[in-house]
Amino acid sequence: MQMSGAQMVCEAIIAEGVKTVFGYPGGAIMHVYDEIYKQNGFEHILNRHEQASVHAADGYARATGEVGVAMVTSGPGFTNAVTGLATAYMDSIPMVVISGQVPLALIGTDGFQEIDAVGISRPCTKHNFLIRTLEELPRVLKEAFYIARSGRPGPVLVDVPKDITVEIGEFKYPDSVDIPSYKPTYKGNKRQIEKAVDAIKSAKKPLLYIGGGVVLSNAADLVRELAEKTQIPAVETLMARGVMGAKNPLLLGMLGMHGNYASNMAMSETDLVISLGARFDDRVTGKLSEFAKYADIIHVDIDAANIGKLVDVDYPIVGDVTQVLEKMLPLLDDVDTDRYNAWREILNRYDELHPQSYVDSDDVIKPQWAIERIGELIGEDAIITSDVGQHQMWAAQHYPFDRPRQWINSGGLGTMGFGFPAAIGAKRACPEKTVINITGDGSILMNMQELVTAAEYKIPVINVILNNHFLGMVRQWQTFFYEKRYSETDLSFQPNFKALAEACGGIGYDVTTKAEFDAALKDAIKQDRVCFMNVQTNRFEDVLPMVPAGGALFNMMLPQKTQGEEK
Amino acid sequence: MAHSTNERRVISVVVMNESSVLARVTALFAGRGYNIESLTVAPIPNSEMSHITIATNGSTKVMEQITKQLHKLIPVYKVIEHEEMVEKEMVLVKFPIAENLSDISALCSTYNGGIVNVGKEMVIAQVADEPKRIKHFIEAAQRYNPCEIVRGGVVAIER
Repeated sequence: MQMSGAQMVCEAIIAEGVKTVFGYPGGAIMHVYDEIYKQNGFEHILNRHEQASVHAADGYARATGEVGVAMVTSGPGFTNAVTGLATAYMDSIPMVVISGQVPLALIGTDGFQEIDAVGISRPCTKHNFLIRTLEELPRVLKEAFYIARSGRPGPVLVDVPKDITVEIGEFKYPDSVDIPSYKPTYKGNKRQIEKAVDAIKSAKKPLLYIGGGVVLSNAADLVRELAEKTQIPAVETLMARGVMGAKNPLLLGMLGMHGNYASNMAMSETDLVISLGARFDDRVTGKLSEFAKYADIIHVDIDAANIGKLVDVDYPIVGDVTQVLEKMLPLLDDVDTDRYNAWREILNRYDELHPQSYVDSDDVIKPQWAIERIGELIGEDAIITSDVGQHQMWAAQHYPFDRPRQWINSGGLGTMGFGFPAAIGAKRACPEKTVINITGDGSILMNMQELVTAAEYKIPVINVILNNHFLGMVRQWQTFFYEKRYSETDLSFQPNFKALAEACGGIGYDVTTKAEFDAALKDAIKQDRVCFMNVQTNRFEDVLPMVPAGGALFNMMLPQKTQGEEK
Repeated sequence: MAHSTNERRVISVVVMNESSVLARVTALFAGRGYNIESLTVAPIPNSEMSHITIATNGSTKVMEQITKQLHKLIPVYKVIEHEEMVEKEMVLVKFPIAENLSDISALCSTYNGGIVNVGKEMVIAQVADEPKRIKHFIEAAQRYNPCEIVRGGVVAIER
């Protein structure tokens, strides 16, 4: 069929089954927007900043597992999208971003709104393409979606010069993809899996170390089955919250810098780490030489480069967690679960000794209380997104996550401003869910223009702003490590958040008491409009436990009775 | 990066012949802090691929990461970390014509080369040999006051 390049872009998006595209028009991408106007195969959401478009596509992808799509123009449109690409790249999120580019003849001439998009995005995309001929456009679009979702997923950029979007040519969307140099490994090596199973059977203190790869591979049920079958205790990374389910007795909690005592001690004392889709990030391991010092390591990862990158691995298994576990589970039919009884008992005692806790207050709302309260009131029905900082860690620690894809946050890059647009994307993908962005008074301002987007499209995202009038996480480090010199972290000067929300067509709530919190949240859930819940919390609450950067996991700063009082 | 057991290694990278593929490879080295001692690239005859030869150094662990990270690049078809190889490098040297040309010629022929161009004021010599011997040649050539030396970077092939 004969059509323009712009039309091809739209047809490919429709063929891939994408329901919602997030974007922002501009000169170089205008022909594509003209075709978007004419078609009805997908909806387009106009965010008010390109960064938000990419985060929204990211939230859409994380909530569903499908490829998210964002569209931006050349030059500043593209550079605004870079943070979104990097965020998705660090967390392996499948995404295709289509950017306009100046006409081919202008490339390299410093044309208006020209920037080398493939050059800039090379280190923060899984792959990227600059289209040079109309003929290659259908194939490249097909490959972009395929690369984004296959293997270890990631964002792919397709940069399309304006003249190619005008040109007319034959469109036939390929049925399949064959890239000779790109063949991801899904099946784990059988021999390696057998060896790993033997190691599990002969271990005394094994530990499941569950990472975001389990979510990406949709392997949560298999991981739960593995834990159930073997009775091996489990720890989750920040990206894996929800995999085991909060009520699962085998789940110790989250490990790492702000992990709970039992999880970090388990990792320090285990004799066999069973790593599933985790990558031994520095925020997880602490001091590497002390990390799982007494353990052999089984490492299952679809990305071979993750294996042996930071720690030496005894049982490397390159493959998709789902496929590896499908092979592994039958081999564990005869596992002796009593073997690990003593180990589980030790860990339970650790948890009783130092449970995840905080000191609540009747006078002021504690951020941890607010998060637990959301969990009590909405629980499983909610999708929780977050920004980056203290609120993010408290949410990860205290929210009762029951299923994968319920928790959406920027783990690898740590992008403030991620939560609100990601919530918009998640809500659009899962309209039946209540979507709550747990955020801070710092982060929320980084993409607050999305109030207008959410209001216009009636996307009722609830933003719970845990407001401590500080850039709290940096403040916490300043308290601990910089002798309380609060350099540029005091956010006492604030906008009127309630009025701000209202000015943009949303609803605002000022919350200072627990009763007000309940009332506001219950009201917000019923509304079909976006809202800001401005929740005043105590100013000096710290996220604990905390392993100081570079310290050993077992050296945790633990909560004390005086925690959270004004200092 | 570990420096304790830094070892010189030669890696061959077979890549799809497409635009910016070389930039992807070099950007990976720059971005992850790996060294490039030399790099050569040319298309593989009768194919849609190119052969990049990179001389680098690093610990075993670093080398393993380099290989794996290169593999992750979508247009990278094959990565060969050379163990048993034949390795050659070419060098061009410009000498003043006033120098002793028969000495220069003899020196070059010792290193698989000779004088390849003679101009009004300069002669150009070419040699091709193992990188270690190229180093020796350049040292020996110093006494004839070379005014320009251009090394080609290594190419290697597994035995």
